[in-house]
Amino acid sequence: MTDMIVPSFDDETPTGRKLAIICSKGNLDMAYPGLILANAALGEGIEVHLFFTFWGFDIINKETMGNLKFSYLGNTAMHMPGHFGMSMPQGMAGLPGVTAMTTKMMKKQISDLDVPEVPEFLELLHGSGAKMWACRMSADMMHLELEHLYDGVEAIISATDFIELTDGAQMLFI
Amino acid sequence: MPTTTIAGRQIDVDAEGFLTQPDQWDEDLALTLAANIGITLTDAHWVPIHFLRKDFETQKETATLRRVSTVGGIPVKELFVLFPGKPAKKMSYIAGLQKPKGCV
Repeated sequence: MTDMIVPSFDDETPTGRKLAIICSKGNLDMAYPGLILANAALGEGIEVHLFFTFWGFDIINKETMGNLKFSYLGNTAMHMPGHFGMSMPQGMAGLPGVTAMTTKMMKKQISDLDVPEVPEFLELLHGSGAKMWACRMSADMMHLELEHLYDGVEAIISATDFIELTDGAQMLFI
Repeated sequence: MPTTTIAGRQIDVDAEGFLTQPDQWDEDLALTLAANIGITLTDAHWVPIHFLRKDFETQKETATLRRVSTVGGIPVKELFVLFPGKPAKKMSYIAGLQKPKGCV
């Protein structure tokens, strides 16, 4: 008779693990890494703080969050669909309409994987208990107030405040 | 794959303890599985557990937290209250399913 095998979901001594993610970019492809990692960490019972700064404000700005874009200009890792040896011609990336097309393609690939669009993703994170913060300096530069930002954002705070409240956290800059 | 004895029955599990044969599950077993991880099942707990079982029948894989929320209609916030800390894993364990594979 063997002992019953039971998953150990709750550590006997809680580690108090915290994760802080700084989201500094507002391109569609650079918004997702932070959101996905935050979601994974929350699902593991880890306390998660997200700090949106500079271009990352587009992720939480109500006017832009549903409309992030993807351009492969300067990104040689973008290949012809299904052809990993061939980079997309860089010269084409700047032509009118190309960003709209590549954005549409990427959004389709994301939604095919049943991964939500940014606004819905923020709702998911908020419901899962993520703490979201907006950078004071970026808000001042862009003349934005809390009311312009996604409703789940707790407050506009300074970098110092953020460092203080993420004491002991593992930090990711994206 | 190891076998373990749960509620007096021989049950096939993986190395972590998740059931590998969903058809070995029934509601009686769920009570013991829940108790194993310190959860007492209430009516509110059964709603997502029944959803997971039903969804698995058609999808052949365990629903992610997001799917339980968007398709099952149970707010994520509530799932975190019912199954504190690691709701997706705890729910699938109690429902006798593998933990979800999807990233989101």
